[in-house]
Amino acid sequence: MAGSVFLPIPARPAPVKTEGVLPWMRANLFGNWVNSLVTALIAVAIGYAASAFLSWGLVNAVFAPSADQCQAARGSGACWGVIVEKFRIIIFGRYPYAEQWRPEIGTILLLGLLIMSCIRRFWKPWLVPAWIVVLFAFFSLMGGGRLGLSDVGSDQWGGLPLTIMLATLSIVFAYPLAILVALGRMSTLPAIRSLCIIYVELIRGVPLISVLFMASFMFPLFLPVGKSPDVLLRVLVGITLFSAAYLAEVVRGGLQAIPKGQVESSQSLGLTYWQTQRKIVLPQALAMVVPGIVNSFIAIFKDTSLVTIVSLYELTGAMGLALNSEADWRPFKIEGYLFITLIYFVFCFSMSRYSLWIEHQVGRSKTR
Amino acid sequence: MTERAPPRKRAWTWRSQALRGLVYQLVAVSLIALAVWYLAQSTLANMAARGIQSGFGFLLQPAGFDIGESLIPYDALDPYWKAYAVGVLNTLRVAVVGIIFATLLGTILGVGRFSANAIVRGLCYAYVEVFRNVPVLLQLLMWYLLFADILPPITEAVSVGGLFFLSKNGLSFPVPVWVPGVGMALLGTLAGVVAAWFYRRWAIAKFEATGQIRSLFWVPIAIVVAGELLGWIAGGAPTAWDIPKPGGFVMQGGASATPEFLAVLLGLVLYTSAFIAEVVRAGIASVAHGQVEAAGSLGLSKPQSMRLVILPQALRVIIPPVTSQYLNLTKNSSLAVAVGYPDVVSIANTSLNQTGRAVECIALIMAVYLTTSLATSAFMNWYNRHAAIKER
Repeated sequence: MAGSVFLPIPARPAPVKTEGVLPWMRANLFGNWVNSLVTALIAVAIGYAASAFLSWGLVNAVFAPSADQCQAARGSGACWGVIVEKFRIIIFGRYPYAEQWRPEIGTILLLGLLIMSCIRRFWKPWLVPAWIVVLFAFFSLMGGGRLGLSDVGSDQWGGLPLTIMLATLSIVFAYPLAILVALGRMSTLPAIRSLCIIYVELIRGVPLISVLFMASFMFPLFLPVGKSPDVLLRVLVGITLFSAAYLAEVVRGGLQAIPKGQVESSQSLGLTYWQTQRKIVLPQALAMVVPGIVNSFIAIFKDTSLVTIVSLYELTGAMGLALNSEADWRPFKIEGYLFITLIYFVFCFSMSRYSLWIEHQVGRSKTR
Repeated sequence: MTERAPPRKRAWTWRSQALRGLVYQLVAVSLIALAVWYLAQSTLANMAARGIQSGFGFLLQPAGFDIGESLIPYDALDPYWKAYAVGVLNTLRVAVVGIIFATLLGTILGVGRFSANAIVRGLCYAYVEVFRNVPVLLQLLMWYLLFADILPPITEAVSVGGLFFLSKNGLSFPVPVWVPGVGMALLGTLAGVVAAWFYRRWAIAKFEATGQIRSLFWVPIAIVVAGELLGWIAGGAPTAWDIPKPGGFVMQGGASATPEFLAVLLGLVLYTSAFIAEVVRAGIASVAHGQVEAAGSLGLSKPQSMRLVILPQALRVIIPPVTSQYLNLTKNSSLAVAVGYPDVVSIANTSLNQTGRAVECIALIMAVYLTTSLATSAFMNWYNRHAAIKER
């Protein structure tokens, strides 16, 4: 018997590494030759576009608020100086220059409360009086006429404060109306149900611009002869009625998701209709539709840009106001547009991230 | 022990639910009626006080304003109703073309979110987030600015192969010269489409009966192309194209799209396609992963499983939200008034300023959009029933 010789078999190769940067790139960027080709082509295109944009927006750009330098750089570089020069008109519209600390503080207050209302830790009953106080403070600051502040008519309000104010107030006022309409639409009483259906479908079938036209041309006719309400108030009523119809559909989605057994068991406990809605149905339904409400808020925030068409100078209108009036700066409108685009984007994008987060929070009770 | 029926619940006592319901409804209806009556009264009083005339009679009077672009012949002496017809057609034109392009682009972007390539996925995501988080009015204004200010004047129009010209005056493109032969080619195409439809029905029935596979894509396309070619040859094979030529101040020949139309179209398509992409993505994500695995284990290739397994199921989830996006696009086309595209809102706005009849003009706008919305949702509901799960 020959002694068996130990013959080592070659070591097996280590398993292919699937974690880390390089394997990720191999899987996601260079999986096969089509993929690699696409990656290369897009990378070249992005590189080209990015370098063109950087040379226009950064390298050759003029940051000084000087019309002559901007004119010289025209075509090769951006003129961000226009924003430095016109910043206050773009942000505050026609609000008197000396008094601009008032909308500044008012907007900070409103935004601060808005952000606080989004954070779970502050979801306490004192939030409601806080809203009333802050809204009162906002209007006192903006309008003046008390506490020694000079009077500023609402036709002079403008810019970002107006945008934020219109979006916030229309949602705040539309919310209770939307709950009532949604309950009415789910009601068993035929007349009330049909009234609510007609309201919702009528509003959802027409564009916001026609509602705004109605607010600015027809509302003055509705009031007793000789009285004409403030244009801001009319537009606010129009946007509120409009967003209430959309919000009502969101709320109805939540109401429909409540199992029938909830209503039946609360009835068998002897609760009346309003007790059932207030204590059983609405708390569950409204929690479920918070993401939908945030999405409506984003839509309204974007839609406030339409009030420029009925000549209120919110952010979009104030931009036009700032640049259309002076021939020196008018050629650099695109920079102005990019600037307010950035403002809208920052607001809407952060709100949509918030909506995702809250969707996760709401869903947490359902996950096991 | 005698059985006694429980006392019948009398429906009409003072405390019964039915009566209370009736009272609530009567109160609600009469409150609304009172409000409407009050508003109508004060409107009439206001109109009398301000000397505003009312009624739709003005529709028959000459409009007296020109309209930049129109699908039907129109001039300033034509009556108001004709101006409105031009406006409605312009609205429908931008909405229909916009819906087609937004659907194509949105589907590509939505499917792109599932690409194996990370850069493609990232680009689609970035596109969606950027375009849906900026107001559509702002986008329209920016596109219009691009067309009105930044593009070169007509004498230095950007040209693609000498066929397409892009300048401040819009986009000019070649069209076939209209001769009866072109009509024959169109007729041939139509006949081809009908034949292809019958072929598909026959092939599907054959497949279900015998299992024989026939191409459902290339053969129908070949039939349509063959029909078109036959019609074209039967019509004498006309080859004349009307190609635009840069003239001194206007493009000569060809057809053109105005910068206003292009700005509105581009703005609406880019904005709405971001929303449609999200809808498509959610629809595809809603198809259970087991379906993909099952398709793979049956030997279907990746494109096949997308086309035959995933998309038909995703479509059911996609159709209702896409319908509301179509309606949104149609309603957003009303923003055309901001860039001067003569859609129905812009016509109504002009006639409102000329005649002062606010109630009538706004009622006309609302009627047009309500009709369009109801018609679109009726059509999409019909299509939705068609695509819904057929349970036996």
